[in-house]
Amino acid sequence: MTTELKMDVPQPRFLDQTQQGVLGKPIPRVDGALKVTGQATYAAEWQMDDMAHGVFVGAAIPKGHFTIDRDSIAGMDGFLGLYTDNLVRNSARGTLNTNPVQPGDRVDYLGQSIALVVAETFEQARDMAAALKVSYTRDDDAVTDLSEYDDWELKVGIELGDVDAAMDAAHKSVDLEYTTKGHNSGAMELHGSIASWDGDHVTVRSSLQMLGFNRNELADSLGVPPEQVRLLSPYVGGGFGSKLGIGPDSVGAAVAARDLGRPVRVVLTRPQVFDTTIRRTETRQHIRLAANQDGRLTGISHVNWQSNLPGEGHAEPVDAATRFLYAGENRYCAHYMARRNSPATGDVRSPGEAVGMLTLEAAMDELAEALEMDPIDLRIRNIPEVHPGNGKPISSNGMASSLRQGAEAFGWDQRQPTGTRREGEWLIGMGVAAAARANLLMPSSARVTLNPDATAVVETDMTDIGTGTYTILGQIAAETLGLPTESVTVHLGDSNFPTASGSGGSWGATSSGSSVLIAARAIRKTLAERMGCEEEALTLKDGMATGGNKRSALSELIDQPISEEGKIDKGKLTKGTHQAGYGAHFAEVAVNTVTGEVRVRRMLAAMAAGRILNEQTARSQVYGGQIWGIGSALHEGLEFDTRTGHIANHTLGEYYVPVHLDVGDLDVLFIDERDDMANPMQAKGIGELGFCGAAAAVANAIYNACGVRIRDFPATPDRIFPHL
Amino acid sequence: MRVSLTVNDTPRTLDLDPRTSLLDALRDHLHLTGTKKGCDHGQCGACTVLVNGERVNSCLCLAVMHDGDEVTTIEGLGTPENLSPLQAAFVKHDGFQCGYCTPGQIMSSHAMLKEIARGWPSHVTEDLSAKAELTIEELKERMSGNLCRCSAYKGIADAILEAAAEQREAAE
Ligand code: FES
Ligand code: FES
Repeated sequence: MTTELKMDVPQPRFLDQTQQGVLGKPIPRVDGALKVTGQATYAAEWQMDDMAHGVFVGAAIPKGHFTIDRDSIAGMDGFLGLYTDNLVRNSARGTLNTNPVQPGDRVDYLGQSIALVVAETFEQARDMAAALKVSYTRDDDAVTDLSEYDDWELKVGIELGDVDAAMDAAHKSVDLEYTTKGHNSGAMELHGSIASWDGDHVTVRSSLQMLGFNRNELADSLGVPPEQVRLLSPYVGGGFGSKLGIGPDSVGAAVAARDLGRPVRVVLTRPQVFDTTIRRTETRQHIRLAANQDGRLTGISHVNWQSNLPGEGHAEPVDAATRFLYAGENRYCAHYMARRNSPATGDVRSPGEAVGMLTLEAAMDELAEALEMDPIDLRIRNIPEVHPGNGKPISSNGMASSLRQGAEAFGWDQRQPTGTRREGEWLIGMGVAAAARANLLMPSSARVTLNPDATAVVETDMTDIGTGTYTILGQIAAETLGLPTESVTVHLGDSNFPTASGSGGSWGATSSGSSVLIAARAIRKTLAERMGCEEEALTLKDGMATGGNKRSALSELIDQPISEEGKIDKGKLTKGTHQAGYGAHFAEVAVNTVTGEVRVRRMLAAMAAGRILNEQTARSQVYGGQIWGIGSALHEGLEFDTRTGHIANHTLGEYYVPVHLDVGDLDVLFIDERDDMANPMQAKGIGELGFCGAAAAVANAIYNACGVRIRDFPATPDRIFPHL
Repeated sequence: MRVSLTVNDTPRTLDLDPRTSLLDALRDHLHLTGTKKGCDHGQCGACTVLVNGERVNSCLCLAVMHDGDEVTTIEGLGTPENLSPLQAAFVKHDGFQCGYCTPGQIMSSHAMLKEIARGWPSHVTEDLSAKAELTIEELKERMSGNLCRCSAYKGIADAILEAAAEQREAAE
């Protein structure tokens, strides 16, 4: 049976009544022992008989057409095949749900995977890919440099009142321009797939975040019905957006395996991950803030310029948080899109807020200074009563408590006037920023089975990309069914299981978790009937049921497994309310007065994200976000070769993700909260909230330390020391 | 080419294409996929194994250059039922999320602790003639060749410090 819940009405706090006491607890990851011993098997690691190996060849021109010379490699040892048909230009953007662009013999950017070489061994295929002769006809109108670009497509997101007039009338205002460089997800596991066909059915082991969407994307790319595609992704070595949609690897492997009649493995090289999956766009941003004498915002404008390949539907929602974070009656948000011949842009962790809150919250710091107000007071004063753009009620907003409790825990009152705290050749400063990330719900299904021996099994095609899904879904089922967590087994990452939301947009835990809760509650209903009581009156703990003046072991209540499917879906509340996770980020940095080098000494994140499902895995997610904040504030940036549009630093040696030594002390404070409008667990997403605003806290701390305002990110030393 | 290696105390003989990296020999030929490939360029540390007791990036080694060598991989450290102290500490302190960099982090920290015990200095060692101590700064410096994009660095550091403290206690 399937039980479906649409989020039409606020949900009772069922999980505050249950007795097992495992939900929210910092239980170590259930997949931990496998991961620390190297026994968790990732996509490209499956052993298949007779497996062939494919390596992609990248285009050497930014725009035009190509012809390959098959004979140039066909005689080489181990050659099996060379494929150009059906290949996808770049990874699908998140939730695309159909095939990405398949350009045939057309090249749209340098590095595009134009041919797949397949050989008996990886070493042979790699050499053949290097040896393949390709001839090109190169178009001379490639867009590889945006400095002279004049064909911007404007899209206005919101226009309310008159920001220009608000700026003119303002007591104080700021009018600021920023730039941010592009980012790469940089998941540690290279994108890879193994495809094998059985008749007209294909099984693809791949590193993916959202199997429900991915199955349709792959089926459409191959021209087969989705029922003939099975995806397996039980372990995923990080995603951060890059694996939301299928990539060139899964399509290439399936195309070659179909032709060769044997399994084919394709793993992208690290440069190919940078070139052919997705990147976050670079941005130029213009922010204007107008405030009256009381420090209340009267006008907010956030305009940005970004880029993508022709024919791609993604736009970075740079102003996502600007639309709802602060009150103010005059508002304008818009973006300008350029079409360029560079790798596709898409969702990288915290799409929008990652770069949009960096600038908005840096601008708020400047406004606070102009108003001579404490930046925390300014923010609290401008928390809106309702969504300031559309008037919808806000489901819950923990920003004020996050700012206050965070300030207390961090020691904000120790902050000194700008440029005055010195330790040797270092200047020390503190910064604060708000955190916010829209809370989303996606349709999600799961099956829960309770066995007579008081064990349970959870099955869903949900993925665990490091987020802790195995652990928290087990905790939710255990809590609801009154079982120790060891008695619950969770199976994920198989598209034959009920279709989940997938991991993305911070909706994974709440959407898939709710479906598990709904299925487990349906099982409780049956148990309650057998106990002769209402479900609400039933207590389950450690495999014992109590209710209706009876007490009974589960093994006595059922003699065969009970299986139920649960489904959560959006409802009236999802559309009718504004929902977001909120919080506050604090940072203390040291700036070297000689070199301009910035060291992050410590950070604190105060997070209001509803019910916390596992304190340890949630905390780790936030640490991850804080560190991504350090990376985007200080180090990370894609560099384009303006002659060809290609990413010049497409390796982990040249694109600087934070390392151990970049990270100071981290602390996380969870603000107690329940959001009854969000879902039946009262939880909100946290995977991205920990990143949203974190970089701004670092930037604002740099200013407090040394008086240099960073408006071009990342804040590398060359952008600091000339101004010291 | 024939190559003889002792892997996790077991002698293994392989017939390999000379272009095969030690990493691919382990993963594809010996099916020891616990050692990970994050870049194949010596830039991430996911492929860290011990060769004759010292940590190396196995993606930068050709397997044929290691004829006769002893290789230790994550599979040689412990099993899910019998975790090594470092492995157990990584689980306890949530020193990973996706787990992909984790075998490399563990192998690297395993060797790093020995390097400190031998008194090897690092870039951040204040006094090169004194015996190096396991401070948090030393740990971070010495582990900075192992990237973790999930950014589990805090848990990793806590795990290493705890395992090292246990090691010291056991030795005393
Ligand atoms: S795979 Fe060897 S260092 Fe990255
Ligand atoms: S745990 Fe995912 S990269 Fe380290």
